[in-house]
Amino acid sequence: MSLKVAVEKRLESFVLDVAFDAPTPGVVALFGPSGCGKSTTINIIAGLLAPDRGQISLDEGVLLDTRRRVAVAAERRGIGYVFQDARLFPHLNVASNLKYAERRARRAPYVSLERVLALLDLGALMSRRAHQLSGGERQRVAIGRALLSQPRLLLLDEPLAALDRERREEVLPYLETLRDQLSIPMIYVSHRFDEVLRLATHIVLMQSGTVAAEGAITQMSLDPKLRALIGPDAVGSILDGTVIGEDAASGLTRVRVGHGEIKVETARLVAGTRLRVQLLARDVIVSTRVPQYLSVRNSLPGIVTAVDDDDSGEGGGSDLVSIDIGAGASILARVTRAATRELALAKGVPAWALVKAVSLRGHSFPAPRPTLERGTAT
Amino acid sequence: MIAPTQPEVTALELSLGVALRSVVFSLPPAILVAWVLTRRRFVGKTLLDAVVHLPLVLPPVAVGYVLLLLFGTRGPIGGWLDRSFGIVLIFTRDGAALATAVMSFPLMVRAIRISLENVDRGLEDAARTLGAGPLDRFISVTLPLMLPGLLAGAITAFSAALGEFGAVITFVSNIPGETQTLPLALYSALQEPGGEHAAARLAVMSVVLGLGGLLLSEWFARRVRWMLGR
Repeated sequence: MSLKVAVEKRLESFVLDVAFDAPTPGVVALFGPSGCGKSTTINIIAGLLAPDRGQISLDEGVLLDTRRRVAVAAERRGIGYVFQDARLFPHLNVASNLKYAERRARRAPYVSLERVLALLDLGALMSRRAHQLSGGERQRVAIGRALLSQPRLLLLDEPLAALDRERREEVLPYLETLRDQLSIPMIYVSHRFDEVLRLATHIVLMQSGTVAAEGAITQMSLDPKLRALIGPDAVGSILDGTVIGEDAASGLTRVRVGHGEIKVETARLVAGTRLRVQLLARDVIVSTRVPQYLSVRNSLPGIVTAVDDDDSGEGGGSDLVSIDIGAGASILARVTRAATRELALAKGVPAWALVKAVSLRGHSFPAPRPTLERGTAT
Repeated sequence: MIAPTQPEVTALELSLGVALRSVVFSLPPAILVAWVLTRRRFVGKTLLDAVVHLPLVLPPVAVGYVLLLLFGTRGPIGGWLDRSFGIVLIFTRDGAALATAVMSFPLMVRAIRISLENVDRGLEDAARTLGAGPLDRFISVTLPLMLPGLLAGAITAFSAALGEFGAVITFVSNIPGETQTLPLALYSALQEPGGEHAAARLAVMSVVLGLGGLLLSEWFARRVRWMLGR
């Protein structure tokens, strides 16, 4: 099942020409700098904006096909939309805002009001009006309202952009819960990589009106185009692993990634829990011998698959080394060019990636259920 | 001397009735015209805008005269109404209501237009994504958000209708008990020798009505703003 989008629209400052094909369910992040056409794209998907040309289909249903003159009206698309500014109806209280959506749902309900209230913790807010809510609460209500319209697809347009850091941290876990407990496909628009990292299963990277690259987030984390956009300090691999259990000696959580295992500081998690770990390239040390007598907790064996010029623009010259650790997972390590020479790092060389457990503090999050990416399995 | 006489009370009741009917009947078309002028683009929009505003710039007597030509028993519309439905507007209170409605229509359209322009289109888009069709959106979102302007427009139009003179006297004449509204009664009282007391009482009534309307409108506006959380 998938969401297929291929649309063109001439805008004042540029031409939007976007095409992508994302698996559903899952969270597709439309990621790119401000003004690259992300919001325009989802407005077209929602039906609020008409493209000059194009096709949009969701699973089996065609929503738009300009060649066949098909354009389902926005109110009939069954697509929920969470706006950056929440857009709660000011003349209604929270309960009535939710009821507004519930009453107009065009599909048999699959999320009940009780479920939404529980998932988003809205029970205590029901009698309030929009202006009596904090920014975070407002967004939670907006998400709940969109869900109660029983959408087939949920669009979120930078829902956290108007919130300060604390409020964002308050809302993010709710979005993770939504992703993991309801299997509703979502498109999440953001220009902040930390949000994408937490939520996405698939990234569509946009640049000046076109798709620069797209793919599963674990693959995209290795993509040079994404690296260029997020800045050198955020460059690193994203690994979705499975919790094996607790390491008795250290109290760290053991997580299987690739064919290896890493130990991470987390709250106690049951075996089998999916965990996403971000390994920043600057925190990874490379060894070409079996590492011994080191304090480092994590040592993953693998094979060097590429040594790229580090395009971070930092002076001194450094390389990004990709190490395949099996099962389709790779780790990125930033090393100085001198080290590359000394260790003779090159494609095909066996290597160990070393990561301090301490440097993974705050870099592990609940991971989404694995989705079937096209081409890998069906 | 202070208590109003029966004919004066009749004039007051007549005025209120005429003004109320003129507002009630012109509100729906005023909303429609305001909506069309704000939200639609079409050929002849400027012309429609000008026609709607015409009563503001024409002498009221001229408006009354045009109404007489159109709605008189021999006029194209008046004749048809008379033959088909037996409705006669000329020299009747229905006619007085029509004349005041035409005169206050531009005021009402203006107030509604401003409130419609202030409605956040984003909220209508939000309603759309929640499954609300065009009419549903208008009734459930646009109209409630326009309410302050709508009320202000209605009250302004009502007050203006109470004071309308020229169009009414030209179109439906000055018949006590039928078309003699408050300003017309005041005018008649001033024409009669010894009518000063009656004129004073009628003037006081007009002031009280006008002031009451303004205060009421302010109270309404405040209440609605509070309801909308602004």
